[in-house]
Amino acid sequence: MQVSVSVSEENAEQEPPAQQVSAFLERRREQIAQRWADAALFRTVFTVSRDEAVEAGRSVAAALAAVAAAGRLDDIRASGFAAVRDQLGRMAASRGRMGIDADGLADEVAALREPVTDLLRAEFPDPCAPEAQECVLALTVLMGTLRLVVLETTVSAGEEVIARQREQLHEVATPVIKLWESTVAVPLIGTLDSARSQVVMESLLDAIVAERARFAILDITGVPTVDSLVAQHLMKTVAAARLMGAECIVSGIRPAIAQTIVQLGIDLGTVLTRASLADALAYALSRQGVEIAPLRAADAGAR
Amino acid sequence: MTGPSGNGPFGGPGFTVPVLRLGDILLVTLQGELHDGMAEQLQQDITDRIAHTRVTGVVIDISGVDIVDSFLGRVLAEIAAGAGLLAARTVLAGMRPAVAITLVELGLTLPGLRTALDVERAMELLTAGERQAEGSP
Repeated sequence: MQVSVSVSEENAEQEPPAQQVSAFLERRREQIAQRWADAALFRTVFTVSRDEAVEAGRSVAAALAAVAAAGRLDDIRASGFAAVRDQLGRMAASRGRMGIDADGLADEVAALREPVTDLLRAEFPDPCAPEAQECVLALTVLMGTLRLVVLETTVSAGEEVIARQREQLHEVATPVIKLWESTVAVPLIGTLDSARSQVVMESLLDAIVAERARFAILDITGVPTVDSLVAQHLMKTVAAARLMGAECIVSGIRPAIAQTIVQLGIDLGTVLTRASLADALAYALSRQGVEIAPLRAADAGAR
Repeated sequence: MTGPSGNGPFGGPGFTVPVLRLGDILLVTLQGELHDGMAEQLQQDITDRIAHTRVTGVVIDISGVDIVDSFLGRVLAEIAAGAGLLAARTVLAGMRPAVAITLVELGLTLPGLRTALDVERAMELLTAGERQAEGSP
């Protein structure tokens, strides 16, 4: 990294190829950055100004030089990459938004290799000399590592997105609805795992406090399958609601699910169940002394 | 039967949980932590009061309790069972959502206890039950 432009030819010959590559990257950083700015990857990400692209290219080249100087050409965890990981991640994400998949991105990063190797070959009086070949090989390895780093950054960015969306799904998929005075319902949709049942339980209990609910209805019409684990989650939620002083009703048990529950030998004896949400609401209303009756003919006629 | 004056930390030696009588109902408000000695004292206080007065219901307000462990769970169940023997019904009122979740995760669902959202609801529950009992011959 400390190698200056004034290194004499004899000294350079003594150095291992990685050091030579590092020195070359430092020396030609500006030219490399200029050429990269015209490459597809940089050109499409930095559409506003070319200077920005050149600046990004410069920092990438500097990082590569640092990695080469440390002699860790094929180590994607080399500390030199840490500086550019963020930038590469942004570039990869920006490409991703434009609809480029991982393969396309890999090709674009691979395209960065050509201009650099051309420059490196031009450094040597005889490009076919064994020494020149070794340097080009070292640079190729380094560029391959860069490609890996970019892909790895893309994948981890994808994982972040998945984690965030999973969280959003948890929040969105569990609305608590007030059906009547002091009656709340949660329509459960999708598979009920322990993380989701925790969210359901928390939001249901909070709603019981907020609405001063006496009855809580868990509607499982949208739950595709009920196994012993799901049943356990349901029973926990029912027990927690009871501790809060609310009566919990599980509704929307489809015939097939009722069969499964029976066949699995799950005992839902402690849980109040109804076939449909309407039945559960009717039960909750009747317990509160509320009756829904059709309007009398005379009243209907008067309207 | 009330604690020492001032707002010192609960659960100090000699501190007892106040048991208030409201008509036919005893109201017990728990706050903070309940230690072994206090729990024993409380159980005794409540059963004594039920035996000597003609109360028909006990409301235990735990809205000021952050942590309910297996010990407190057992104490509450024992109080309810003891009151039941003396023909008084016990209602646990005001449990916080976080406490309810913790209890359920611990497997303590307190099956023998009646529960209510808050003290008001607990009173309603007890008086409504009474009326029913009176109505039936």
